[in-house]
Amino acid sequence: MNRREFTAAILAGSAALPFGITRAVGQTRGGTLNTIIQPEPPVLVTALNQQQPTLTLGGKIYESLLKYGPDLKPMPGMAKSWEISPDGLTYTFKLFEGITFHDGKPMTSEDVVFSCMQVLTQTHPRARNNFARVASAEAPDPLTVVFKLKQPFAPFLGCFDCTSAPILPKHVYEGTDFRKNPMNDKAIGTGPFKLKEWVRGSHVHLVRHDGYYLKDQPYLDEIIYRVIPDAASRALALENGTVQLVQWSDIEFFDVTRFKKQANLEYTTNGYEYFAPHQWLEMNNRIAPMNDKRFRQAVMHLIDRDALNKRVYFGNAKIATGPISSKTRFYDGNVKKYEYSLDKAKALLDEMGLKPGANGKRAEIKYVVPPYGEVYQRAGEFFRQSFSRVGIDLVLVGTDMAGWAEKVGNWDYEMTQNLLYQLGDPALGVSRTYISTNIKKGILFSNTQGYSNPEVDRLFEEAAVALDEKKRQELYTKVQQILVEDVPVAWTLELEYPIFYDKSLKNVVTTAIGSHETFGVVHKS
Amino acid sequence: MRGARSAAAIGLAAITWAVRLVAVILVIATFNFILVRAAPGDPAQVMAGQSGAADPKILEDLRKEYGLDQPYLVQLGTHLKRVLSFDLGYSYRQRRPVLDLIMERLPATLLLTLTAFCLALLVGTTLGALAGLAAGSVVDTLFTVLSLLLYATPVFWLGLMLVLVFSVTLGWLPAFGYETINAKLTPIERVFDIGKHMIMPVVSLAAIYLAIYARLMRSSIIEVAHQDFIKTARAKGLAGPRIVVGHMLRNALVPVVTVAGMQAGALVGGAVVIETVFAWPGLGRLTFDAVLQRDYPVLLGIFLILSIIVIVLNLATDLVYRLIDPRMTTGAA
Repeated sequence: MNRREFTAAILAGSAALPFGITRAVGQTRGGTLNTIIQPEPPVLVTALNQQQPTLTLGGKIYESLLKYGPDLKPMPGMAKSWEISPDGLTYTFKLFEGITFHDGKPMTSEDVVFSCMQVLTQTHPRARNNFARVASAEAPDPLTVVFKLKQPFAPFLGCFDCTSAPILPKHVYEGTDFRKNPMNDKAIGTGPFKLKEWVRGSHVHLVRHDGYYLKDQPYLDEIIYRVIPDAASRALALENGTVQLVQWSDIEFFDVTRFKKQANLEYTTNGYEYFAPHQWLEMNNRIAPMNDKRFRQAVMHLIDRDALNKRVYFGNAKIATGPISSKTRFYDGNVKKYEYSLDKAKALLDEMGLKPGANGKRAEIKYVVPPYGEVYQRAGEFFRQSFSRVGIDLVLVGTDMAGWAEKVGNWDYEMTQNLLYQLGDPALGVSRTYISTNIKKGILFSNTQGYSNPEVDRLFEEAAVALDEKKRQELYTKVQQILVEDVPVAWTLELEYPIFYDKSLKNVVTTAIGSHETFGVVHKS
Repeated sequence: MRGARSAAAIGLAAITWAVRLVAVILVIATFNFILVRAAPGDPAQVMAGQSGAADPKILEDLRKEYGLDQPYLVQLGTHLKRVLSFDLGYSYRQRRPVLDLIMERLPATLLLTLTAFCLALLVGTTLGALAGLAAGSVVDTLFTVLSLLLYATPVFWLGLMLVLVFSVTLGWLPAFGYETINAKLTPIERVFDIGKHMIMPVVSLAAIYLAIYARLMRSSIIEVAHQDFIKTARAKGLAGPRIVVGHMLRNALVPVVTVAGMQAGALVGGAVVIETVFAWPGLGRLTFDAVLQRDYPVLLGIFLILSIIVIVLNLATDLVYRLIDPRMTTGAA
């Protein structure tokens, strides 16, 4: 980081609006937001569980130091400003004054240090990886937090959204077994909403945190998250106005077109920039014929990804060009293109010697269908047809969530479909799928396909610690080119989940984490 | 002297029954344990995977916390010991005692299933009896077609259609949930509110059982109507209604009670679909989620509770037999 960037970082920290990106004008206080939570989270403490519904709900209860705009640039969260030392090793955060927990006790820098270094490093695998890079964390005064890193880590400033580094009360958790602390049921955070009631299987009722530190916020009086397990019932609830907001996969993709026409609803695909769900056909690189690069390249040619998007995902996606999503930083679309061409796919298969046998078949491959709903089943059918056109039999194998996790985590599969979040920066959410140090048996969402390339390892490592943005871009451009040539996985689509909300609601999507955001600025017109 | 002997006999019978009950529960608990573990999948892996960035240390910690690092037999021993002390354990996924989780959901499921059960039994047997008594008539044909229709209708489809008609189109009934959330109601109003929410789920769940009982009762009535004792009753000059109520119904009910007793347990299983469609906060949904997540303590706890319910229902069936058919009482024949 040069001096100019250093100054810019300080300015960004101190000048950004403390109310989120849209300062609400003429907003009204009061009102209830009814929405959906699906599936029901096991706990509300985001430090203990990081499933998507836990983050949606916990995002209202727990906050962190920063927020991220749609461009993934940091904005104030509980930290009103921040500084990065020129050597990129020291990060100093200044907190807002007057922040209190839901039990009325003040939130200080001690709570931040305790949460990040003691709780999250034990209970939050993603945060554990991030804070493992911290040599020391100090609280020199109640409103200042200083993190000193062991070595520079470029995306460190991207590790402080409310889903990655939620702050917990030290006075509640210190000296206890964090996972079994009875106060977990109370979910005490600093967010604009606090837990009033959780009737399991029915609903979670959040109410306004009156002691919230930002003036007038939150505007809503309460949010009710209803547990509605059935997709058709959820669609009905949106249709008849029982709920005014749906997010992620609350609504099936095939229903999106219908709801886009519903007059009282706003539709957006914004608010997923931080997660940038990236999907691919995963191939176990250890097993023939997937261990041959030409086979994997052939797979890129034989899938008509445009048709996949239109027929299976009903147009709710963009075609992925490589390992980094177009919504994530350092994306470079200038890579080798794999157009849909059965001839090219066949030529590559012939070249590697995988020629059709007497029955016209080249190979039989087992495809484990991910158990995440009908759309995955339909995608499996689509792939089966695609592969059959070049003489490959794709045998679909059904399983449930635990069975899938075991098969993929233990490398006991040939092909499957996978989806990972990119988390705003390739060093946080992309490299984990391709670096050889992350080939860890038993661990889901690691480099499960077993791809290994020392050059890719080196480039990802260098890019993670480089402070110069241009240098990082160069390194990531190079790594994208190599990966797209090697095709460790066959990237298919960047999913664009919808958010539908009633037009009376304002400021629903203001940051890169969309519906996971605190909702302090959401109001009714 | 005779009273003391009979009291002793009852006491002995009660002790025998209790010992048998404990033995049955232990066998069921062991079988459940083996069954649950036979399914592929590792709860630690599911949990670690959901966090998106697990490492072997986290996985190891979770397995230790779950007790999954212990040998299989030790885990089984711990489970049986807990069952005997009625300690259902702790759900590491939900971070709460299993008993609490079950007790929160059990009332909603019992309310739903018992109401559906009573409705199915009452309406089913009445319709079946009416059809049986008027065998071959238009009424019989009508009831037969109706029960076949109900029997053939998928539960989830019926549920959704009811929602479409009574909730979306007519707006008479709430589409889902157990009660109106966040409503400030008096206790009486709350009872009516819950009742209103119950109508569609109960009807959907009862439909198929109603059809079964109606069919069964119809054929049973027809069969009993041709028995000699009915002819005798008629020959004696007894009035029609008295023959029906006093002789026919009582005898015709035996097979219905047998099937109903067997199906009471299945009713809870069938509630999973209805609880999903109507977002009913019951045990069925908790079971389904626990299976997906391989939440072993919750699954084993639910299975145990359901086993006990089935055992109790079987006992109740036995008692009902004795009430409707005195021949089944020991020593009465």
